[in-house]
Amino acid sequence: SSWWSHVEMGPPDPILGVTEAYKRDTNSKKMNLGVGAYRDDNGKPYVLNCVRKAEAMIASKKMDKEYLPIGGLADFTRASAELALGENSEAFKSGRYVTVQGISGTGSLRIGANFLQRFFKTSRDVYLPKPSWGNHTPIFRDAGMQLQAYRYYDPKTCSLDFSGAMDDISKIPEKSIILLHACAHNPTGVDPRQEQWKEMAAVVKKRNLLAYFDMAYQGFASGDINRDAWAVRYFIEQGINIVLSQSFAKNMGLYGERAGAFTVICSDADEAKRVESQLKILIRPMYSNPPLNGARIASLILNTPDLRKEWLTEVKGMADRIIGMRTQLVSNLKKEGSSHNWQHITDQIGMFCFTGLKPDQVERLIKEFSIYMTKDGRISVAGVTSGNVGYLAHAIHQVTK
Amino acid sequence: AYRTDEGQPWVLPVVKKVEQMIANDNSLNHEYLPILGLPEFRANASRIALGDDSPAIKEKRIGSVQSLGGTGALRIGADFLRRWYNGNNNTATPVYVSTPTWENHNSVFMDAGFKDIRTYHYWDAAKRGLDLQGLLNDMENAPERSIFILHACAHNPTGTDPTPEQWKQIAAVMKRRSLFPFFDSAYQGFASGSLDKDAWAVRYFVSEGFELFCAQSFSKNFGLYNERVGNLTVVGKDADNVQRVLSQMEKIVRTTWSNPPSQGARIVATTLSSPQLFDEWKGNVKTMADRVLLMRSELRSRLEALGTPGTWNHITEQIGMFSFTGLNPKQVEYMVKEKHIYLMASGRINMCGLTTKNLDYVAKSIHEAVTKIQ
Repeated sequence: SSWWSHVEMGPPDPILGVTEAYKRDTNSKKMNLGVGAYRDDNGKPYVLNCVRKAEAMIASKKMDKEYLPIGGLADFTRASAELALGENSEAFKSGRYVTVQGISGTGSLRIGANFLQRFFKTSRDVYLPKPSWGNHTPIFRDAGMQLQAYRYYDPKTCSLDFSGAMDDISKIPEKSIILLHACAHNPTGVDPRQEQWKEMAAVVKKRNLLAYFDMAYQGFASGDINRDAWAVRYFIEQGINIVLSQSFAKNMGLYGERAGAFTVICSDADEAKRVESQLKILIRPMYSNPPLNGARIASLILNTPDLRKEWLTEVKGMADRIIGMRTQLVSNLKKEGSSHNWQHITDQIGMFCFTGLKPDQVERLIKEFSIYMTKDGRISVAGVTSGNVGYLAHAIHQVTK
Repeated sequence: AYRTDEGQPWVLPVVKKVEQMIANDNSLNHEYLPILGLPEFRANASRIALGDDSPAIKEKRIGSVQSLGGTGALRIGADFLRRWYNGNNNTATPVYVSTPTWENHNSVFMDAGFKDIRTYHYWDAAKRGLDLQGLLNDMENAPERSIFILHACAHNPTGTDPTPEQWKQIAAVMKRRSLFPFFDSAYQGFASGSLDKDAWAVRYFVSEGFELFCAQSFSKNFGLYNERVGNLTVVGKDADNVQRVLSQMEKIVRTTWSNPPSQGARIVATTLSSPQLFDEWKGNVKTMADRVLLMRSELRSRLEALGTPGTWNHITEQIGMFSFTGLNPKQVEYMVKEKHIYLMASGRINMCGLTTKNLDYVAKSIHEAVTKIQ
């Protein structure tokens, strides 16, 4: 007999399961609107030019493969912090922060979650927006935290339930943890406006909550890295010492290279050093030290003026294509004769769009049109091209008319 | 980390070649790998550990999880065991590590949630070798179903491995006491120069019908330290069990790093799946192993020629990157402070730090330390 007889079969990952089903489909018109990876207007993965250039530079340097420090590549972590906080940030310039390299967004979130489990003394509760990225819940749970929620998305309007959010946030017990999506909320694409962020910050400060920002789309949302980091920077300016997880999977197209970072804004540089030492103690028994390749590419891009400039142009290009597809989808739906209000498609931002489609409608899209998305009606706009946006609009109209 | 005779890091020639191939291949992109990793990497990595003719592979009762180095493989295995081994979420299951062991073993299992981490006898300081009797006694007395972390070869830090006969005795006790073998294989090929020889213990346990885990690292034998290339090999009773185990490991991976890094796995997969590159790699590995073996024999012969008090055959009987010299903390302090030779307080030296240029100096310094300091 086996030690594992009682081990249950784990359920397939809901998001990745969509891609599996898509791959099996033989319909030539099929569309994969499931997983959040950018595609160009031909539906192909896009390796950024600045990434190719950085890779060529790295190859020519013939560097060794010695272990990185536990906290990662210093040039990378410093550049990541500067990108998020802004070069004029007082917190950045004073050095009252620590940034460690993490395994893309997930790994960075997990380091943070583990750190909070060990060192955040006043609460076990992490408040997520409703809904949030599906993986947030198991990450925090596996780290030993408890999950709560605050109202966020209003399905009636397909936009932000601001009064509901403010109501819930103002009632979060003091000194709890609140998780916020810095920009391009996943899965809804619904972001607060700046005035709304200001009000949220005031309540977070008043309730003395620890603000944990997840920023996976800086630059990718609006096309402007400063604009996308506005909320993060505003909170810090208001004296809220946030923690932050960054991913370079989407904005640099470095998905499989796992480039990310976790940052803690501290009271002073000394506190930052102490926090850093504890983060290293958490990282060492997870994977010892992080992988170099992605971090080195990202670092070269951020720290080389020409490459950085090219990157900013390319990330804007990706963001613009997404925005363009949103516009085209709406106009095509109108052309189809749909009487519904599809404004939320262009109001929302980033890779994802909460269409408002119901599960049974999603099911029809999959079965009748071979258009694949998650049951919650979330589509990855990155999977839409000028070649298939008409088909998509037609299909959506068929299941909603 | 390995060092050449010039004291420099060494990027394996086959790695340079394969990296160039990857760089020139414009069809490659940076898309996410599957959660469990690159399929060609996983299959080849496990094949290397278990052998081409492994019955477990033939019977399709093995699984693989691409991990962030050997540490990552250990951690995924540890997290899984804490959730699913010996009941559900049984944090009380004893975990045994050797005395001494790589210090991170303790932290990995502690952070995975195990509350009862114990030690088993291993290093006999008096005879400078394996305390087999102590080890076997600990296994006899361990609660049934305890987890034992075994170093597959090139024990870190002592460099002292059981002989095949001793492994057979260890396996017999473990089978009788229903103890779980978790192999840590960080030096396959690097220890003796032979992949098969260095995997003998793991393969023997598989042939004895054990269900086991083997955490593999490709940091040293591929010199890919900073790319974090590792693999957790799972051997189970049958395909169905292994499939369920892997599905649960997938959930653990998803909340730890989502999916593993691409670059290092591509290099290893490309190398292992090409007969020509594979041969080239084996040659590179043998180069590293041979240099270490040479340094061992050269150091020993110098110490014996100097008439340094004590016996020094352990230097060549031990294997792998590290050697437990037998120097005590005071002698180590002398080495560090007076001779500027850096080694661990335990007396562990990294053989890779020895070169033809510094052998004489190191031997003389050890001689001084041993004769001047007691």
